[in-house]
Amino acid sequence: MKEYQTISEISGPLVFAEVDEPIGYDEIVEIETPEGETLRGQVLESTDGVVAIQVFEGTTGIDKNASVRFLGETMKMPVTEDLLGRVLDGSGQPIDGGPEIVPDERHDIVGAAINPYSREYPEEFIQTGVSAVDGMNTLVRGQKLPIFSGSGLPHNDLALQIARQATVPEEATDEGEDGSEFAVIFGAMGITAEEANEFMDDFERTGALERSVVFMNLADDPAVERTVTPRMALTTAEYLAFEKGYHVLVILTDMTNYCEALREIGAAREEVPGRRGYPGYMYTDLAQLYERAGRIKGREGSVTQIPILTMPGDDDTHPIPDLTGYITEGQIMMDRDLNSQGVQPPVNVLPSLSRLMDDGIGEGLTRADHADISDQMYAAYAEGEDLRDLVNIVGREALSERDNKYLDFADRFEAEFVDQGYDTDRSIDETVEIGWDLLSEFPKEELNRIDEELIEEHYREETEEEVTAD
Amino acid sequence: MSQTQQTVREDGIIASVSGPVVSARDLDARMNDVVYVGDEGLMGEVIEIEGDITTIQVYEETSGVAPGEPVENTGDPLTVDLGPGLLDTIYDGVQRPLDVLEDKMGSPYLDRGVDAPGIELDEKWEFVPEVVEGDAVEPGDVLGVVEETVTIDHKVMVPPDVEGGEITEIKSGSYTVTEPIATLDNGEEITMRQEWPVREARPSETKMTPRTPLVSGQRILDGLFPIAKGGTAAIPGPFGSGKTVTQHSLAKFADADIIIYVGCGERGNEMTEVIDDFPELEDPSTGNPLMARTSLIANTSNMPVAARESCVYTGITIAEFYRDMGYDVALMADSTSRWAEAMREISSRLEEMPGEEGYPAYLSARLSEFYERAGAFENINGTEGTISAIGAVSPPGGDFSEPVTQNTLRIVKTFWALDADLAERRHFPAINWNESYSLYKEQLDPWFQENVDPEWPDERQWAVDVLDEEGELQEIVQLVGKDALPEDQQLTLEVASYLKEAYLQQNAFNPNDMYCSPEKTFTMLTTIHHFNDEAFQALEAGVPVEEIIDIDAAPRLNRMAVQDDWKEYMADLRDDIQAQMRELY
Repeated sequence: MKEYQTISEISGPLVFAEVDEPIGYDEIVEIETPEGETLRGQVLESTDGVVAIQVFEGTTGIDKNASVRFLGETMKMPVTEDLLGRVLDGSGQPIDGGPEIVPDERHDIVGAAINPYSREYPEEFIQTGVSAVDGMNTLVRGQKLPIFSGSGLPHNDLALQIARQATVPEEATDEGEDGSEFAVIFGAMGITAEEANEFMDDFERTGALERSVVFMNLADDPAVERTVTPRMALTTAEYLAFEKGYHVLVILTDMTNYCEALREIGAAREEVPGRRGYPGYMYTDLAQLYERAGRIKGREGSVTQIPILTMPGDDDTHPIPDLTGYITEGQIMMDRDLNSQGVQPPVNVLPSLSRLMDDGIGEGLTRADHADISDQMYAAYAEGEDLRDLVNIVGREALSERDNKYLDFADRFEAEFVDQGYDTDRSIDETVEIGWDLLSEFPKEELNRIDEELIEEHYREETEEEVTAD
Repeated sequence: MSQTQQTVREDGIIASVSGPVVSARDLDARMNDVVYVGDEGLMGEVIEIEGDITTIQVYEETSGVAPGEPVENTGDPLTVDLGPGLLDTIYDGVQRPLDVLEDKMGSPYLDRGVDAPGIELDEKWEFVPEVVEGDAVEPGDVLGVVEETVTIDHKVMVPPDVEGGEITEIKSGSYTVTEPIATLDNGEEITMRQEWPVREARPSETKMTPRTPLVSGQRILDGLFPIAKGGTAAIPGPFGSGKTVTQHSLAKFADADIIIYVGCGERGNEMTEVIDDFPELEDPSTGNPLMARTSLIANTSNMPVAARESCVYTGITIAEFYRDMGYDVALMADSTSRWAEAMREISSRLEEMPGEEGYPAYLSARLSEFYERAGAFENINGTEGTISAIGAVSPPGGDFSEPVTQNTLRIVKTFWALDADLAERRHFPAINWNESYSLYKEQLDPWFQENVDPEWPDERQWAVDVLDEEGELQEIVQLVGKDALPEDQQLTLEVASYLKEAYLQQNAFNPNDMYCSPEKTFTMLTTIHHFNDEAFQALEAGVPVEEIIDIDAAPRLNRMAVQDDWKEYMADLRDDIQAQMRELY
């Protein structure tokens, strides 16, 4: 392995070095500073004379006398089942004081794309115990369902609640409770130490840590390292899922910081910027992360992703949420108004969506009436929301009895269906039954999205209504 | 990809690597030649030549590829293999069959440097000749037929780049696609397999005005915004508004002979859904499995970006091949924005001067070139075939003023605008009836009048008028509330709400509703119209509007679509509406 002392330019996170042998694209580089510190980086562009290197830890301390070593291989993640229970830094080094990791295998962190032909279509219902998710935006195994949030909203609480409660109810009966639990991979990118503690405390308190692998890149860690953290996390997830048969839930937070890091590198390379200065290839780059969720034919496990992103200015047309929404299979939208009303979790179901819901619910999966109930509640809540605007102008008295029912529904929907607290774990039965409680306030004719037979079976008649309504 | 005989020109060596863009030195190549890059032989295409530096876009991941490695030129442009075996197959963006790749790679992941022919070379097909020795044939002429799938007879044609002449030998029986099935007097041998460069349109005689609708089985499309066989349409919409569901419904139910579905930079799970569903689903016109008329091209968002750029061309070339046989082909591209973004990505790596929003200046030219390959054609062999192209567009932030949407709208004649607001209230298909349009309406009316009902255009106009009026009334309602409106306007709102709930919405998951024949579409509309007429008569007779809208039969309008026996249901319903209305006065 040749060592060079030929650095010609240092610019932001990039180092340019002259070389006299061919260096592979994406190859790993070690740079030793005169102080003896070793920094790691990756080849971003390789020509036969000069290579551009992106340094993960930042270029502080590097001068023209630093020596550069090319390791002749692309970035690898050492993987083993023993990673469960461990805490690693953003580039995969243990930081929990535990023993060295003895890898079974070393996997390339740039995962190859799954052949669409080899995929298994995800349709196993995951019960998260959160009504706004289970009832209205059902999550299934192998899905990628991001949480679109904003600064100061409790997205972490929701993510933790899902990580804690997620089970696959069908299997719980066959194999006992443990069989359907998820291994959790937590990839933190640029979150504050305080947030990190919140997650770690919860993992420790609930005993979830032993079935978790934690990757921590904190806010004061080098920004460029954030571009490898999710790849490390997903490589570990794929190994555990498709080679060891685990059902893996990957929580990535905060994707916004990841994208900022991409932009920083792009700017340092003087690339032609795309929208709002983010690189033109950001869609492809994000897709290479998100598309690593899924199931594979003939393999036991699955990778389910819940990336969290904070939308700058709560704007869902910002490039980060926008490109994410085009790749992921839906989104869970957090809402500032609901949050200030104290609704927990403050999920606004209207702009939320789960694209894989239709195939994951229904008879034999959840309940036969699930789809119709959810449709009807969407329509009714949307109408109630519209009427709220009108009430502000004309007042409630000016509205018809029918309209008032929709307004009441919207209020009760938020108070009884969505608001449940972060510690309540509702079964899908409970969730759907609450739906019937609320919808039975309407006369039967209004329930035009629900099959007539189902109405006959579940509709609360007058007498029952008295009992359920509070 | 094609297994061309290697007419190797001078090879070169890699000078630099940056993501999917590689430049090579000393490579003797023409623009758009296909090259194999590096020790692993990754497939790429020449996109720029400057001095002795040739720039190549590589269709596979380039991690680990280093300067100094060889670049080998095939001397041929990017081509597709055409012949029996295209249907019931799923390809990646450069026509490598994904099932074969899985086999060859022995892994569910897409490895690099593996090539596979676009059509199976060893499979034997039963060739039935339709010409005899001594017949003179010209390019495009049909020599015979093989049964490609249960649905489709594959016509074996003289390739357009062959001279033609008198047939000296014609075979009959079981052959592979590479064995000659005919010999001409000038010595040319013809096989069932043709190759065609993807970026070049296959020749045709003339382009005609399309006059037949592509019946989609979707009420809002057939009923309000129809597309012609040979027409072009765009479906723009923000994420979550149902582009893909609409494209899937079209692929399932459109009455085309052949469906080419191009998943360009979209989700892997969605393609898997198609792969799982289509063999199970029945083609509504023949009852055979849908896959028997379908060819899928899947280049998901995480597959190499350069192959995303080429996949729409691969799709349209296959479509042209079936058009040449005289078939009606429908091509769905989901999503053309990803294709445009792939162009942008490559262009920015080439450091080209960007146009609007970073897209290359040739964006508009490429888009129109693509959509112009659709149309109703008279083929060079005298048959008539059509290609309908339906492109989804994914505008950033749902903003239709962005370059891809705007450039597409300048070309296509049908515009189905998806609306996030409708999607939020689960009104599907979430096609906005105020913004959408179809310029084919008038030229298709004669077909609907002849095949469905002479009243078709008038009924449609009635629906459009009611919806327009409703749009205006809603603005007033937002200010003063519904009850402040005069009674006739309240009634109009009620009728409009049935149009929206019962007619415009369609449940893609309900077996009775997912496909709606033009007859049923028409009958549903006239049933609502009937309700309208009866209601206004009652109003004129002095019945208060509350009583009119409260009749028992009215809510049954909302259930018209899902009935097993819709004819009887709607006939009864009309009678009941009439009887109940007239009871009121």
